[in-house]
Amino acid sequence: MSAAPSPPIAPPGRTPDLTEASVSLRRRLVDRAASVAMVLAVLLAALPLGLVVYTVIERGAGIVGFDFLTEDMVRNARRAGGGMAPAIAGTLIITAGAALIAVPLGILGAVYLNEYGKERPLARSIRMLADVMTGVPSVVMGLFIYTAWVVVVDERTGFAGSLALACLMLPIVVRSSEEILRLVPDELRQASLALGAPRWRTIVTVVLPAASSGLTSGSLLAIARAAGETAPIILTVGITFNLNWSLFDGENTTLAAQIFDNAGSSFATAQERGWGAALTLVTIVLLFTIIARLISGRAAMKAR
Amino acid sequence: MADASGGEAGARVRDLTARGRTVLADRMFRLLCVGAGLLVLVVLALILLSTVREAWPVFRLEGIGFITDTTWRPNDPDGPDGPLTREFGVLTFIYGTLVSSALGLLFAVPVSIGIALFITELAPQRIRRPVTTVIDLLAAIPSVVFGLWGILVVGPALVPVYQSLHDLLGDVPVLGSVFGVPVTSGRGFMTAGLILAIMITPIITSISREVFGTVPQDEKNAALALGATRWEMIRGAVFPHSFGGLVGAVMLGLGRAMGETIALALVFGGSVQIVANMFASGNAMPAVIAQQWGESSGIHREALVGIGVVLFAMTIIVNYLARLTVRRAEVRMRGAAA
Repeated sequence: MSAAPSPPIAPPGRTPDLTEASVSLRRRLVDRAASVAMVLAVLLAALPLGLVVYTVIERGAGIVGFDFLTEDMVRNARRAGGGMAPAIAGTLIITAGAALIAVPLGILGAVYLNEYGKERPLARSIRMLADVMTGVPSVVMGLFIYTAWVVVVDERTGFAGSLALACLMLPIVVRSSEEILRLVPDELRQASLALGAPRWRTIVTVVLPAASSGLTSGSLLAIARAAGETAPIILTVGITFNLNWSLFDGENTTLAAQIFDNAGSSFATAQERGWGAALTLVTIVLLFTIIARLISGRAAMKAR
Repeated sequence: MADASGGEAGARVRDLTARGRTVLADRMFRLLCVGAGLLVLVVLALILLSTVREAWPVFRLEGIGFITDTTWRPNDPDGPDGPLTREFGVLTFIYGTLVSSALGLLFAVPVSIGIALFITELAPQRIRRPVTTVIDLLAAIPSVVFGLWGILVVGPALVPVYQSLHDLLGDVPVLGSVFGVPVTSGRGFMTAGLILAIMITPIITSISREVFGTVPQDEKNAALALGATRWEMIRGAVFPHSFGGLVGAVMLGLGRAMGETIALALVFGGSVQIVANMFASGNAMPAVIAQQWGESSGIHREALVGIGVVLFAMTIIVNYLARLTVRRAEVRMRGAAA
């Protein structure tokens, strides 16, 4: 570029006008319009978030109380009252079961990708397919667990729901954990190996602890997403009206499934319960999400 | 290694190789990790295997008609001996899925690209993180909550809007059939598309943001140094570089939209019809599964699993192509940056 013939130089004594005023009005207007459009896009996306949260709080706050959180559900949708305790318990144990399956396996899978597989063909295809698997619709995961588990054991349980949610969480945990493990400096690994620690101890006692906050926040985000899943639950878990704290014994239900049931009802009493369940669920999910963000935010600060 | 005493160290070279038990532990741990990694492949294969096996009878019965016929008659209307038999043709639901997804993309793509540009090019450093957080929170809201909001609030609220659009454009030849008479509940293609748009905006935004992030700063600086305004810089330097990645982002959004189940089960209206009218109600493949699951048995349930198989195939293809496109684009970008 520098060797090219020199660009036309302004006559001596006069410096070219480089301020914004030299840009034609049309170009300035187009530029301004584009900026305004970008800001509008942000507002347009923030609007539904605000509206949803506002409506859920406004309509749900009236019904959510101690009774709502602790009572069993009513069997007749037309009746007023009743609580969501079975759904809350179901959401907690089914999601916890899914997390217990998917988080350890997902982190181990990520360890394989980042510590052993790296750029090998097998690792690359696992990485690619994990990405593809995050796009598998949740309803298909529900059908999978129905055909591969519920039909086989011939029983709907909370555990079947846990399996379906675990399948949904697995690829998310694998990919987010791998991103985090990649950030662990190689010097730490080399130092540990140089001290004579075998590979597995290096990973378990040095690499994973160094990445712990990132791994935690990634897993929490996956858990939050799983807690709000509905389709796999209604396909595999069945329904209960009474508190059932067992994963393996008897049918169960979750908040998301209850919202779905009540939203389709034409009874005002049922719709009210739907809003109450939505408020409870959104609170749980946002709590997990915000905790995850706080942890990852702190970790980023520390890394800096 | 640990018990090598200091006194002899000078005389003997210390053995630094790993011994039996350590090697074994290392192998076991490695095996464990490989197994966990392979689980992804195993699950994907099992999904295909077990759902296809379950749906096989209905595929045998209907053949290619399963995806080319429009008649969905899961129950015998006139008993087992009547002239009408059960039929399982899902073309209507494929149509509903494709049209609602297309509407969703139509609304979500410009907004998502706008947000991504705002975050990467326009916003001061301070407010980038908060804006990103807000968009991510949108992704955190469970889809069933969007469905609840859509069926009880958005649908009814949009009916007057649809009505006035119909009054305005109803007599124009082609537009008239697209903007037809709205259903009274407001549950239909357009509402489904709007709700989908909200739900896929976060993923399109986050991928677009990554793609824009890979545009070399030098090229942007060069454009600005030549006197380009910010918008001209975006058009001249950012867009050409990120086109491939954007296509991938849009396809990922499409994959999400096609698989969205619960929100559509609530806001789509649940009719079996192929119409041009965007204000009429319809249904989508995953939504049908969720709605009819509880009341189904026998071959009806197998047909629902069959819908899942078709859906799985469609989303896998779209997602695979999308990831391939994004990855290709990123590799090319890294080459350009170096």
